Amino acid sequence: MPPTGYAIEVNDLRKSFGKVEVLKGINLRVERGGLLALLGPNGAGKTTTVRILATLLQPDSGTAKVLGHDVVREADSVRRRVSLTGQFASVDDELTGMENLIMVARLLGYSWSDAKTRATELINAFDLAEASNRLVKNYSGGMRRRLDIAASIIITPDVLFLDEPTSGLDPRSRRQVWDIVRTLLAAGTTVLLTTQYLEEADQLANRIVIIDHGTVIADGTIGELKTSVGSGTVHVRLYDPKDRPAAEQIMAQTLGVAVHLESDPAALSAQVSNPERVASTLSNLSQAGISVTDFSLGQPSLDEVFLALTGQPAEDQPAATEEYA
Amino acid sequence: MTTPQTTLTRPVDDATLRKAFSVRERPARPSALSASLALAWRALLKIKHVPFQLFDVTMFPIMMTVMFTFLFGGAIAGSVGEYVQFLIPGILVMTVSMISMYTALGINTDISKGIFDRFRSLPFWRPAVLVGALLGDSVRYTLASFVVITLGLILGFRPGGGIMGVALALVILLLFAFSLSWIWTLIGLLMKTPESVMMVSSMASFPLTFASNVFVDPTTMPSWLQAVVSVNPITLAASAVRGLMHGTVTSGDIAGVLIACAVLVGVFAPLTMYVYRNKNAH
Ligand SMILES: Nc1ncnc2c1ncn2[C@@H]1O[C@H](COP(=O)(O)OP(=O)(O)OP(=O)(O)O)[C@@H](O)[C@H]1O
Ligand SMILES: [Mg+2]
Repeated sequence: MPPTGYAIEVNDLRKSFGKVEVLKGINLRVERGGLLALLGPNGAGKTTTVRILATLLQPDSGTAKVLGHDVVREADSVRRRVSLTGQFASVDDELTGMENLIMVARLLGYSWSDAKTRATELINAFDLAEASNRLVKNYSGGMRRRLDIAASIIITPDVLFLDEPTSGLDPRSRRQVWDIVRTLLAAGTTVLLTTQYLEEADQLANRIVIIDHGTVIADGTIGELKTSVGSGTVHVRLYDPKDRPAAEQIMAQTLGVAVHLESDPAALSAQVSNPERVASTLSNLSQAGISVTDFSLGQPSLDEVFLALTGQPAEDQPAATEEYA
Repeated sequence: MTTPQTTLTRPVDDATLRKAFSVRERPARPSALSASLALAWRALLKIKHVPFQLFDVTMFPIMMTVMFTFLFGGAIAGSVGEYVQFLIPGILVMTVSMISMYTALGINTDISKGIFDRFRSLPFWRPAVLVGALLGDSVRYTLASFVVITLGLILGFRPGGGIMGVALALVILLLFAFSLSWIWTLIGLLMKTPESVMMVSSMASFPLTFASNVFVDPTTMPSWLQAVVSVNPITLAASAVRGLMHGTVTSGDIAGVLIACAVLVGVFAPLTMYVYRNKNAH
């Protein structure tokens, strides 16, 4: 038995590329069988952290243990029990999906026939049967991702690293990936996933660590984080932009918070801490005779979390709030 | 046939998925040979999917053979028919040497892709990535050799060593190309862009092929150049291939090319592996 209850333990991890300090002392822990979401904007150091944990990159200082093994001194032991699905798909574009899986299975030590059996099983489980004999370069983003994850779990790892598994995927593909991750968790695998979307962390993670410029700026459960941020943002779009001043007044009164006027002359938004008042906002607006074309309560975006945590917006943020189906 | 499943609500089936995640047992690490073969298979698949990439290995040797035969034939050997006997084995060596440069290009573009991260995180014999690529390339060498020999026969090439001699010559040729490739893999790993790989490889390959006995008998060269030519691995390979094809091979010829191969692999394979292992790790 390894000495701790943690699958991943990272202490004061530091890494520089040339003069640029990319990780400035990262600390994090992931319980066995748990899922930690590592959240951060572009350039925060997510990929660097994950690559160190997956033994692809050496840290300058600090320690990282995966399943009780040091990622530098016992890299081989770590490699035997973890798997990485990188941010940029680690599959071969010039081969078919089936050939990719067979090749990786062969490199893991399977015989030709066992490799074929296992590859077929995974192709079916990951909804890739129709595309199994097409070249991967013609795959959609979602198919490529699923293939990549399939290649990572040919032998089900004890720890799986997923680096931005759903960036650039449509809602349906994103849900498929989430389903896969949930099943994997149920099978007992510990998962460390990086993402830029709070919504994704909310869907999957028990704990969230937010990093920015190579430093951890928040570490807690999703509930703890949300209380620090407010539960979300109401977005309203009016039929007639002329109604906006009136709508602003009603929203401010009902919600008891400041209302933000969007650059779209018919749109308003407000951060809410009490979701129960959101419903009354809608009825108050219609009672006042204001027609609304859009009304939604969205998760706070990573940007809003940053604003709440650091008092300033995240730099290098990718475009706008993500909306999910 | 394909049942229109409940794809909209539950895109991935729970039970199949759960079953797919139940393989925790690890097979034994693959042997060096089976890892290399798996990666050679990968190289062959790429040729199968894009056969057009064999265009250069057929056109290039045709151009070289025709051009040099008629350009130099009369001047160097007095007649085209005679020169072809001398030139074809040399052209073979030159052609596979040139083609082997593409290995460097392939490795250089490959290594910047995500698939190399996957390779690095799998527990197989490290050199297999390169060995596999080189084995896969033997298809290209073989094809190019057939093109040159066929064309040679048409132009009047009559190998005195018979089929056996030619077959043995091809074996030596493949071994030589494999050994020489390690120079290019090293360059492929060291250079940052495919363009610089091409530039450095061409700069290295021109003196190698021309300061040799591929085109002319070195006895007319100044003695310092003769010294260079005589230790050039291309010369050693060309002598052995020529000897085997014409049935005039000496044990010295064979020893020469084998030593050249051993030195090339002995020096460049460890260097390549050293660079490969440290690539991106820091
Ligand atoms: N090999 C490298 N050489 C130099 N700088 C690097 C290297 N790899 C990463 N960096 C720099 O380190 C910083 C952190 O990069 P990292 O890829 O870890 O960020 P990230 O959080 O994964 O971002 P993203 O969301 O864009 O994937 C960036 O500023 C990046 O430019
Ligand atoms: Mg990244």
